[in-house]
Amino acid sequence: MANIPSADELKKRLQDNVIYKSVFRPGSIYRKGYRDTSRDRALAAMNNVLYHLHPVKVKRHGLKLTYTYCLGGTSFFLFILLTVTGIFLMFFYRPAAGAGSEIAYLDMQNLRANVQFGDLVRNMHRWGAHLMVFTTFLHMARVFYHGAYKAPREFNWVVGVILLLITLFLAFTGYLLPWDQLAIWAVQVGTSMAGFTPVFGQQIQFALLGGVEIGPETLLRWYVLHVLALPFILTIFLAVHFWRIRKDGGISGPL
Amino acid sequence: MADDPGIDQETFDKLVAEGQPERVARAKAKAAAARKSRQAEAPAGDGASADGAGGGETPDQVQERVFNELVAEGQPERVARAKAKAAAARAKRASESKPEPAKQPAAAAAKAGGATAVAPAGNGAGDGNGTGVALTPEQRQQRVAAALAARAEGGPHERTGGVETKYAGQEHTHRLLAMVPPTGIQQIRGKQDDKAYTWPHLLTAEFLCLMAVTAFLFVFSALAPAPLRELANPNVTPNPSKAPWYFLGLQEMLRYWHPMVAGVTIPLILGPLGLVAIPYLDRNPSMQPERRKFAYMLFTMFLVAASALTLAGSFFRGPGFNWTWPWADGLWFTL
Repeated sequence: MANIPSADELKKRLQDNVIYKSVFRPGSIYRKGYRDTSRDRALAAMNNVLYHLHPVKVKRHGLKLTYTYCLGGTSFFLFILLTVTGIFLMFFYRPAAGAGSEIAYLDMQNLRANVQFGDLVRNMHRWGAHLMVFTTFLHMARVFYHGAYKAPREFNWVVGVILLLITLFLAFTGYLLPWDQLAIWAVQVGTSMAGFTPVFGQQIQFALLGGVEIGPETLLRWYVLHVLALPFILTIFLAVHFWRIRKDGGISGPL
Repeated sequence: MADDPGIDQETFDKLVAEGQPERVARAKAKAAAARKSRQAEAPAGDGASADGAGGGETPDQVQERVFNELVAEGQPERVARAKAKAAAARAKRASESKPEPAKQPAAAAAKAGGATAVAPAGNGAGDGNGTGVALTPEQRQQRVAAALAARAEGGPHERTGGVETKYAGQEHTHRLLAMVPPTGIQQIRGKQDDKAYTWPHLLTAEFLCLMAVTAFLFVFSALAPAPLRELANPNVTPNPSKAPWYFLGLQEMLRYWHPMVAGVTIPLILGPLGLVAIPYLDRNPSMQPERRKFAYMLFTMFLVAASALTLAGSFFRGPGFNWTWPWADGLWFTL
């Protein structure tokens, strides 16, 4: 006699499973017996990986979209989105250039023409990068106008400025990678500005370019900065930034 | 006292004829009937209200009357019910807090005395029974005497229901451990924020925000292709050559000042260092916009200047990075 269990029965059996219980900690909304009570809401936040970012309760005024406009969150989310799309792009890109072996540029063309979703992912990566620079700027302006940099949040503002600069540098290093005319001449303009630094101008320019002028070394150097070094530094500062938000008493305000 | 006042048929017919919804008309008619019956009872019921209700209406009646009145006013039924309930609760409390005349003075004194006896470290100077009436010295003496008598008898402390137990060899039920200033308690209350649970309120909002950003980026990327020019060639300089848009404000400044100023001093020293220094220079603790006019002004000037320079460098600079009008000469701008 075939005894087919109902959907509820299946769900119950699944949730009673040892493996299932090991994945979803007590208090998870996916566990059996979650009820929409204060206790379970608190547990849901507390037993979630997002507890690293959010406390159990937040100030109610901070929930209003018109208070934060979700700008910091959007910037962070764009960073994640850019990491994901960037990993995809790395599968199809080699940072090699030089006379007769313009591999980087050929890889770009190949990505656009032959890779499934390649063009779409590249577009998302590029537009997302511009958007991230923009939302980070806006986030800074929002924080200023709310006076959210005031004690005890002074240092977190400093961390935020560092994050903004790293974001700019990340965007700029990525700008070179397509190795087209747009890329190298934009970088030419940018690095020549850095060359005007007093005293160390030449050295800074040399370090940025990996030589006296833009070449294959520059591409490799900026590629490593773009995909590894800068995201690593950014992640560390992001961790400090988020940690300080909680330690400094959560979101600022109300006005 | 009064039975269900019923419906005042006359009022009901009139209101329905006026075009009011039947529900409203019925409620108003009910209220009218209640008013009438109350008026009729008022002279007679004056002396007859010795059943402890005081105001002539039991809480239940208050509830019904307020409900009908509110519905007649056009309030939603749900609101009316809640308000009526609240009114009934108020009425009940009012009738309970009325002093009961038949109370024996000795018992009252014992009660008050008990209260002072069990709370010697509290607001001892205040009146133990909470009436707020200042006592004459004679009354106070009486109370003390009564309290002492009550203790001598070993009677239970009425105020606390006799919860305190004395242990062997113990003289007092309470010890004074610390004197706490009232502000110490009040400050804790003042710090309580209006808070909401992260799950589901914040996380839902964030999730929606992320979905919106993803959707926007997805659609935009599907529609707008990112630029890819011809292969890099160091020997062919495009005209104009422009930096990425976020550096175009700086490139624009290079047109006006020496590179040492426009390329280094402003973007590297005044920019980041100035931003970093903001919280340490601005010692005004206020977060209110009207008290931060100077800071607002400075920062807004900074933002406007940065935006103007970036826009100028992006859209108003053409070949040779010379000034062009985008509507006349076209755009030289690539993201």
